[in-house]
This record gives sequence, C-alpha cells and structure tokens, in this order.
Amino acid sequence: MAQATDTLPHDDHHDQPDTGIKRWLFATNHKDIGTMYLVFSLIMFFVGGAMAMVIRAELFKPGLQLVDPMFFNQMTTLHALVMIFGAVMPAFVGLANWMIPLQIGAPDMALPRMNNFSFWILPFAFTLLLSTLLVPGGAPAGGWTLYPPLVLQGGDYFPMVIFAIHLMGISSIMGAINVIVTIMNMRAPGMDLLRMPLFCWSWLITAYLLIAVMPVLAGAVTMLLTDHFFKTSFFNAAGGGDPVMFEHIFWFFGHPEVYIMILPAFGIISEILPTFSRKPLFGAVSMVYATASIAFLSFIVWGHHMFVDGMPLAAQMFFMMSTMLIAVPTGVKVFNWTATMWRGSLSFEPPMLFAIAFLFMFSIGGFSGVMLALVPADFQYQNTYFVVAHFHYVLVPGAIFAIMAAVYYWLPKWTGHMYNLTLAKTHFWLSTIFVNVLFFPQHFLGLAGMPRRVPDYAVQFSDWNMVSSIGAFGFGLSQVLFAIVVIQCIRGGQKASSVVWGDALPTGLEWTLSSPPPYHSFITAPEIK
Amino acid sequence: MSLTGMNVEHAGRRGLALGAALLSGLTAAGAAVANTSNGYNLMPGVTDISRDIYALHMEVFWICVGIAVVVFGAMIYSLINFRHSQGAVADTSMRHSTKVEIIWTIIPVIILVVMAIPAAEIILKMEDTRDSELSIRVTGYQWKWQYQYMDAAEGINFFSTLSQDSNFARQLHSGIDPRTVPNYLLDVDKPMVVPSGTKVRLLLTSQDVIHAWWVPDFGAKRSAIPGFVNELWFKVTPGKEGIYRGQCVALCGRDHGFMPVVVDVRTPEEFKKWVEAQKTAVKQAAAIPPEPPRSAQLLN
Repeated sequence: MAQATDTLPHDDHHDQPDTGIKRWLFATNHKDIGTMYLVFSLIMFFVGGAMAMVIRAELFKPGLQLVDPMFFNQMTTLHALVMIFGAVMPAFVGLANWMIPLQIGAPDMALPRMNNFSFWILPFAFTLLLSTLLVPGGAPAGGWTLYPPLVLQGGDYFPMVIFAIHLMGISSIMGAINVIVTIMNMRAPGMDLLRMPLFCWSWLITAYLLIAVMPVLAGAVTMLLTDHFFKTSFFNAAGGGDPVMFEHIFWFFGHPEVYIMILPAFGIISEILPTFSRKPLFGAVSMVYATASIAFLSFIVWGHHMFVDGMPLAAQMFFMMSTMLIAVPTGVKVFNWTATMWRGSLSFEPPMLFAIAFLFMFSIGGFSGVMLALVPADFQYQNTYFVVAHFHYVLVPGAIFAIMAAVYYWLPKWTGHMYNLTLAKTHFWLSTIFVNVLFFPQHFLGLAGMPRRVPDYAVQFSDWNMVSSIGAFGFGLSQVLFAIVVIQCIRGGQKASSVVWGDALPTGLEWTLSSPPPYHSFITAPEIK
Repeated sequence: MSLTGMNVEHAGRRGLALGAALLSGLTAAGAAVANTSNGYNLMPGVTDISRDIYALHMEVFWICVGIAVVVFGAMIYSLINFRHSQGAVADTSMRHSTKVEIIWTIIPVIILVVMAIPAAEIILKMEDTRDSELSIRVTGYQWKWQYQYMDAAEGINFFSTLSQDSNFARQLHSGIDPRTVPNYLLDVDKPMVVPSGTKVRLLLTSQDVIHAWWVPDFGAKRSAIPGFVNELWFKVTPGKEGIYRGQCVALCGRDHGFMPVVVDVRTPEEFKKWVEAQKTAVKQAAAIPPEPPRSAQLLN
C-alpha cells in the first residue's frame, strides 16, 4: 500500500477544508458531509411540505377546487417518498455523520470516500424522482407503497421511480455500513459498547435494520420492474403471480423502515432529556435492550399492515400479538424517560421543549398504534384517516420533532454560535400548537369513516378537514422560522462555549471539543475513565 | 379477568351500544337515511360484529386514556415540581432500579392480554363464514362495483356506480356546491340490496387493481384483490333496515375517491319481492345480446 500511495499524486492531508465547490463535491470530512445531508434534508422537508400544502388546500373544503384527482394522487405519493427517503432518513444520517465521531472520540467516519458517495447519490436520486412530474403521465400516483397492479398502470415515471428507489437504497446501505464500521472500530480506548452514548447505540441498531431491509425493498421493486418490462409474473395474478406477495415483501421492508425512522429519534431524546434534567438517563442499559427488542420485533409484525387483505386466522392472531408486544419495550422507554425527569432539575431550552413535546405526542401515536394492532378494530380503522393521524403523530411530532431537538441541541456546537433562543421558542410553540390542530382532528375523520388518499369527501367530513387544513398551513409556515433560526446561527451570533449548555449537564465527548470543533475531531484518541 | 366476567361486561356495553344505535337510528329515520356517523367517533353500527368492534374500540380507548392520565400525569407533575428555575435540585443517585423496570414491563403485558382476549374472540366470530344464507360475488373495477347474486337470487348481476348528480358536482371547477347534492359522493345508481336478519356472505375479488369494500355500519371491510377471493360476512339486525353507505378504501387510481358502496337493507319479504322483480327484468333483457366482458380488455 505504501508504494501505491507514494506514486499517486499525493493530496494534502486535508488539515484545512478545500475552498469553494471542491470542499463540498470532494468532501471526505464527516462534518462537511453531515452538513450536506442536513441541508439536503431541510430542502426536501420544504419540497415535501409544499406537496402537503397542495393536499391540504384541496381538502380544505368538499368538491374539487384546485387539482385533478390524478395530480392529487401524485402529490400524496411524492409527499411520502420525499419525506421518508428525502427528509427524515437523510437528516438522521446527517446527524450520525456529525455526532458519531464526536461522541465516540474518533477523528472521522471510518470510510470517508464511501461517505461522500452515499451523500452525492441522493441529489441525483431525488432529481430523478421529482423529474417524473414532468414526464408524460406524470409522477407516480399509486401511493408510496407501490402496490401492484396499480403501480404497473403508470406511464413513463415507472422505471424512473424504480431507479430512484434503488439509488436511495444504495445510499442508505452505504451510510449504514459506514456507521457500523465506525462504531465497531473507532471508539476511543476505554469506551466499551455499553458506555457508548445512547444516540450511537440507537444508530448502530438502526444501521443493522437498514442493511437487513433495504435489499428487500430493492428486490421487491426489481420484481416490479421485470413484471413491467420483461413479462414476468411475480405479482400478476393473470400469469399465476400473486399481488399479495408484493405486500408481504414490501412490508417486510416497510415495518423495520418505520423503526429506522424512529430509533435514532429515541437516541436523540435519550441524550437531551438527561442534559436538561441535570440527571443521568434512568435505566440506560435497559434502554439499549429495549431498543434492540424493538428492532427484533420490527421484523415479525409486518402482517398488521395487511389484515384486511385476507389472512389465515392463525396469522391474524400472530401478527396482532407480536404487534402489541412492541408496546412493551416502547413503554419501557417512555417510562424511563419520565423517570429521568422525575426528581430532576428541569430547564426549558428549545431542545428540551422539543424533547418533552416528543414524549407526549409520540405517546399519543403509540396509543393509536396499540388500537390499530387489534385485528377487529383494525378492520374499521384500516385505510382511514385514523391511520393517517397515527403515523403522522409518530413521524411529525415524533421523528421530525426529535430531529429539530437535535439540531437545536448541537447547532451551537457545530457553528460555534448560539442561535436566537426567543425565535427558536416561538418556532417550538407554533409548531406544537399547529401540529395538533393539523393531525388531531384526523383521528375524528378516520373514525367517522373518511378513507385516506381521497381528493374529495362527503360533506359530513367538512368541518374537521377545514380545521386540519388550517393547522397544516400554520405548521408549514412555522417551519420558515426554523430555517431562519438555522441560517442566522450559521452566519453569526453570540459565541458558544465548548460545553454550550454549561448551565445544564451535558455529558459526552462532543462537549470536550471547542465550538465549532476542529476540522478533524479527535486526532489523538481521548482517555475514557 | 375471567371469561364470564368479560361476557357480562360485554353484554352491559352491548346494551349501551344498542341504546345509542336506537337513538341514532331514530335520527336517521327522520332524515330518511341510515347514515349513522356522528362526525368524530366510530358508531356501534347495525350488526353484532360492528357492535362488538365498537365495544372493543371504546374499551381500548378508555384503557389508553387511563394510561395517558397516569403517564402524562407523571410527566406534567415533573414539569411543574422539578423546575430548575424554582430551585429544584436533581437527585443524581436515581440511575437504575431493576424492581421498577420489572414492574413496568409486566403491567403493560397484563394490560395487553386484557385487550387481546376480547379481540381474539371477535376475530373468531368474524372468520366464521359457515352457514351463510345468501352469497354475493363482489367485483371491484376502476371505478365501480359489480354485484353478482348467488343462491336463491342467482342470476341477478349489476354494476353500481357513483350517482349522476355527485358525479357532475365532483368534477374540477364544476361550480356545484357539494352541500346541495344529497349524499354527495356516497350515492350510487343502483345499490346492493340485501335482506336483514340473514347471514350474507360476500366473495370479493377484482378485475384490475386492488380495491377494498367497506360499510362502517356493518363493521365489514375486505380488500378485493385480482386473482384472490376474499370472504366476509354480515348479518344486519332485524329492524335496522335502511340504506348504509361506505366507500372504496384502497387507493385504486384516479377515481378512488369516487366509487362508493351503498347497501339497501330490506326485510326478507321485501327482499324476496325485489329478487322477483329483478329476475323478471333479467328475463326481459335476455333477448338483447350481452356486452363483451370488460375483464377481457383489462387483463390483456
């Protein structure tokens, strides 16, 4: 190896970042790549959010006022794909890139060039996905679950979506490999796995989930591709295939995917609550075991997405029980977080506000989750707005609030500046109020019988839809504040100390470095006592 | 909780649910439509299964409310009483307790078992499609339903599509206020007709993409999948005759929102009359050559 590198034009050692566009195009530094992931995620959050605004504007009152039903279906489909693969997942990968080396005392991620590659795939993947809006027949309109035969009726979008998903999958798998290799090999001496911060733990488990299920999704969409172009009949009943098999394969990916989007959020909350409660996390080891149990169970519950599709009695019972079982480790986590606050000394900085809101509203999503697990009740809830309310409660005030909490927690560390706390608190209160105005009435709509994925509805659903739409516009606009806070903070502001939250009790190696941290995080490994 | 205890409790709830159903039935009769949604919750509906589901739903809902009161209560108590600004000092010795961890693992398990038992009982009932008295084959198309009767009503076969006035009003920029259209989006040209007090079994399939058939008041929902035949059954309580409405609940393309399900429940005598009338109509129509089956074009 030594000879090989000697003969190559030897690059500098990147003690300083490159200047201009080269810094970003050829980035191998975990902080630069993390920043790019987070910026990309924020852009996609607004793109997906704009689609949600179209949806809620059309649903503001009964009758079709703004868009054709086909375009409405394109919006619901793209909104989901953009938010899941473009906003939530890259945000978590960005946080992993920034924080894992800082938290385990490593100089960088283990595989920096692959890191670059896994990021730079994403802009191409999403350009491909979003450009389907311009092709004949428009964007995918069969729902993000891509169920055949409906998805096979699509126009020119079809191969573009399949390849976009392949690219996203490759990006995720590489990101996950990087996380695992970094955590397994680059921890500072003395940091055993069980002493590792909870954020790293939750990401380690998430990375294994990603590696396990992204190839399954890739397989499923490849079978769709060959069904469409090469006359195979994997999912075509007329050729002896089985459309329900797609659902099984899809949800074998899809349910762990749900936990891919929430486990890192659990990790973030486990970092923030102890800091601002000035008290160590209660039951830290049981938190790790709970996360691992959730990850394991996530592989054996996929059938609960398909109860109404017809399933043997025994399978219905099995999937009902296994799904309900997930409530146990999830409950342990919520109880441990509550116990962390109990007899603490709480202060309410923006990250803590978001973390507390997460606790309440994620729990609401958990309750509706338990209700959905019960097969007979699920028959009434399935594919109604009750389901929409459920998964938006766990994803918006769940995953996305956790991401915002993380940004507000670590942003001063990243930039070296404290952000505008008043503006951030305003953002918090507006978001929290409007997110409930937006999603809580959707429980009522679903129970009253409104199906999901419809562009128009019977007049008895008018009132709650109007309330929900008002909440949506309010929530959407509030997020502009978030962008303003972040941009202001990057540009300047009051100097942040290395501990940032010195008044509280931040623990972890990241607070031993200056704010912003040096370009290479830990050139010599720190001592862990 | 013993099984008998559960049954007694169920019976009590069922009484309540029946009362509520009667009340809503009365108001519905006033409006000449048995559309029983109250706008914010499930309704008990008009079959035993739908009432069982409603009871389960409410039971689980109140259990969740109870848990929420305890857990959110503890959180709110902490937020109020353990504030740094009020001089609270953190008890940093509180790190771990195997005892409480075991307690708050076991209690949820017990609660879940309490929920799962009645749920399992209802599943057993729902899956029991034996001894049906009338079978109807329900086929989903983009975007309408076909009802083919079997057994005593063999030969009756028709499509059920969104009614004309809803269809005009729902067009983009139609200028028609949906509020002026009776049963906007929930009305069809020809509803499925079934007798009350009869175990009706539906055999669901599809000729193109996946659809799902749902009438909330029956607690009956199943997907209609090409290449598969799914079964469901319902038995409307006698005295609950009327029109019941639902919709397709699986995204099935452009007009997914516009393929309602409407079921006209009649007394067995009236149903018999309807069957006779339909059969006469079928015989009269037999002279006209039938259209080529639509399935042939769709499956290419």
